[in-house]
Amino acid sequence: MNKENRFIGKKVPRKDAADLVRGKAQFIDDLKIPGMLHAKILRSPHAHARIKKIDTTRAKELPGVEAVLTYEDTPVWRAGLPSHIGVLSNTVRYVGDAAALVAAVSDVVAREALELIEVEYEILPAVYDVLEALEEDAPQLYEQFPGNRFPLACPWMGPESLQGIFMGDVAKGFAESDIIAEGSCSYENLPNPLPLEPPGVIACWEGPEDLTVWASAQSPYFLKITLHYAMGRINVRSIASHCGGSFGTKVLLWQLAFYAAALAQATRQPVKMYYTKTEHFAAYTLRLGSRFRGKVGIKKDGRVMAVEGDWLINTGYCSDAAQGMVAVGCGELQLMVRCLNWEIKPQLVCTNRNASKMVRGYGGQELEAAFIPVLNMALEKGNIDPLDFFRENFVKPGDGYYWRDGNWWVSRGIDYGKAMDRGAEVFGWKEKWKGWLRPTAVDGSLRIGVGIGVHGNADVGEDVSEAYVRLEPDSTVVIHSCLSEHGTGQRSSLCKMVAEVLKLPIERISVAPPDSLVNPYEFGPVGSRGTYAIGSAVIRAAEDARRRLLERSATVLNVSADDLDTEDGMIFIKGKGGGKSGKKIRWKDGLGFDRTCLGHGYFEPDFSISNFLMVFVEVGVDTKTGKIDLRRVVAATDVGKIIDSQSLKNQLHGCLGSAGLDSAIFEESVFDPKLGRFLNPNMLDYKWRTFMELPQFDTVILETPMDTHSFQSVGVGEIVNAPTPPAVLMAVSNAIGVRLADYPLTPDKILRALGKA
Amino acid sequence: MSEHPVTLVVNNRRYDLEVGGRPGDLQPTHTLSYTLRETLGLTGTKIGCDKGECGACTVLLEGEPVLSCLILTVECHGKKITTIEGLEDPQTGKLDPIQQSFIDSGAFQCGFCTPGMIMSVKALFAGNPSPTGQEIREALSGHYCRCMSHYHVLEAVAGSVPKAGGTDE
Repeated sequence: MNKENRFIGKKVPRKDAADLVRGKAQFIDDLKIPGMLHAKILRSPHAHARIKKIDTTRAKELPGVEAVLTYEDTPVWRAGLPSHIGVLSNTVRYVGDAAALVAAVSDVVAREALELIEVEYEILPAVYDVLEALEEDAPQLYEQFPGNRFPLACPWMGPESLQGIFMGDVAKGFAESDIIAEGSCSYENLPNPLPLEPPGVIACWEGPEDLTVWASAQSPYFLKITLHYAMGRINVRSIASHCGGSFGTKVLLWQLAFYAAALAQATRQPVKMYYTKTEHFAAYTLRLGSRFRGKVGIKKDGRVMAVEGDWLINTGYCSDAAQGMVAVGCGELQLMVRCLNWEIKPQLVCTNRNASKMVRGYGGQELEAAFIPVLNMALEKGNIDPLDFFRENFVKPGDGYYWRDGNWWVSRGIDYGKAMDRGAEVFGWKEKWKGWLRPTAVDGSLRIGVGIGVHGNADVGEDVSEAYVRLEPDSTVVIHSCLSEHGTGQRSSLCKMVAEVLKLPIERISVAPPDSLVNPYEFGPVGSRGTYAIGSAVIRAAEDARRRLLERSATVLNVSADDLDTEDGMIFIKGKGGGKSGKKIRWKDGLGFDRTCLGHGYFEPDFSISNFLMVFVEVGVDTKTGKIDLRRVVAATDVGKIIDSQSLKNQLHGCLGSAGLDSAIFEESVFDPKLGRFLNPNMLDYKWRTFMELPQFDTVILETPMDTHSFQSVGVGEIVNAPTPPAVLMAVSNAIGVRLADYPLTPDKILRALGKA
Repeated sequence: MSEHPVTLVVNNRRYDLEVGGRPGDLQPTHTLSYTLRETLGLTGTKIGCDKGECGACTVLLEGEPVLSCLILTVECHGKKITTIEGLEDPQTGKLDPIQQSFIDSGAFQCGFCTPGMIMSVKALFAGNPSPTGQEIREALSGHYCRCMSHYHVLEAVAGSVPKAGGTDE
């Protein structure tokens, strides 16, 4: 579609914009289901313990309490990968693990009831460090996972899902290398993605095997599927409310759904489970702990000859997606580093802390944050400009890689070199880069340094999407895609795409509510797949509907459907003698006033195209105080075609949030191994960037057409965080002239590195 | 009526709340955010942390921005409160210029923080019709937005300043 677009790339307010600014958008906490009870969880004060005795008598007697459940009376539902977590267990495995559930007429009564439950624990030894957990005599979390190791298979990614990077001959590669660097780095500060809205689920049984859930879900249909399998093949209807931020964390809401559904079953009433901020911090989703130890061999010119190492991943007390993150992380590293000889051995380990689960950056961020500092040692030895290195090494059309399904894919994407160059130009990289461990400028105690990071993924075409597009006789359109709005504006972008296909004012297009009962299968907006994968299904559905409309109209007009076109709700004969000035009929005349027309569109997974982002950062380090000031960020990408500029820029700015860039400066979940718990589960002690500390932020967005769908575009939401932590490490190291590999770079660490503390 | 009714004027509408222990009664422990959302059904005021740390529940109390999760409703007796629902023209439905500017600038992603931010900006403009960039950032500094819509929010606020001409920095 080369001709001028009416909506794609044009500024159009989001469909939900007025609702958001008027406070009318319905989030999960705004919903009230008649008869709804409120759920609360009694949480373990111990990191590892067996429940010897639990007495709920007094709690049950409290007026307003409708149910109190323990491991003895909860249903046998199981989730996790592989399946290992029930609703409740007689063993608690982290400080905060659930010991009992309460449903009551109000939040206050439910909280009071918790205090009346008496638990006698047998305290068990606990383990927190990934290496200690692997020791022979380490406390064991699960009988079925000896050595505290989870298997790496991720069946839903395919029977041969990627479990490491193994190819070529690393010994030969190292022998041919000019420079070999060896080292280790940990990215284990467990930043919390922490969307503003806590997670919530309301569960209501419509029949013994029919469950309805309302959820703050990023992927409502996927939640339906997850619960169907986890809860004994029951029928689930899943409805998403407006989602108040997710960043991956509200894709897998099975655990809240378990709690709410168990209580709803016991009380025969709808039950709402909505976490407090403290629970959101201490009992919900953290990033993976990631530790890399290994070596990299390169030629003097920057060609990578071999990469070898152990990747230790700490997922906390359970895993429900970590295997997928390992697979995707291993794929993403290959996109960034062209190399023929690899041996990356992941081990996925459980420990007695809150779980690491799905988070934006999905494995790649965690692996790269730990790997890049080791790679940088090689570049430093060879005095190689990292921009030149990444420019040479980032995946190019025709390059191959093993992706998450374990298959070898050949890139049919574009060369991102142009976007890198443009980013470097806007940032002034050439002027600011003074070499490894050299500051860009020094002004008294202030030292300025620069760094870069790059990231891309081939998940833009992951998983299956389906959509219907329904044409109404009054020339309005309903898109049926089970897509919730979690902040990307994707529901509105789908309207733009359909408006373009049907040449119809965007006001006439709406999206059905994100309800699995009225929409076909949709995996959800993850992995930056919204634009390509979901977009493709919707575009095809619109094209299919358009074709059917014209076919039906052709019989009315007694012409061939090929000769017809539609615009602004009118149908007319194309070209000479017809055109807009010729005979026109309305959709109603073609369809009949009592008919609608339904188009169906599919998307099948395709891992041959990747997206890309390069981030340039400039920091100022105060060598007196050790404080880092983030001065400037340039985010450079090429998206093929901009669908919506505001939403796209918002996504790129997102690298400063959701456990991204600041996980290298000040964000961390501070864990005390003596207490076995986190010390800062609140928004004062967990640091976050405010309006007072915004860097100058520039975006560079190129539009080189991609071979995706009619609008030749890819998304970037997933990848904005991942390049940033190692870029900050590089910038600060250069600023102070000391190589650093310790996230986050809090002032004490800077002063220690400078020999001042 | 109970002996100690609490009267609130919310968005120019008067509410007389009975204090007591029956369902629907105002209890002394109720926060203003709870009353607005659960008793009056004004769910536009969002609760992010319920501990005064995120700014999401900001409303105007006698024109001043306050964290409604940290104020007891009984403390608000006889006071005027404005919530996000009270910004648009009740007759025409026309949006406040700040709301319109947030739409024009795409100044939200998930939108959960949006009502609170808009209330803080409303209060800022009431006291200072031509704030500097620094003053705008200070007024918003207590608002948590994890999606990072900050840059578009600043553009939206700058675009709705009632009296242009304030010096930036």
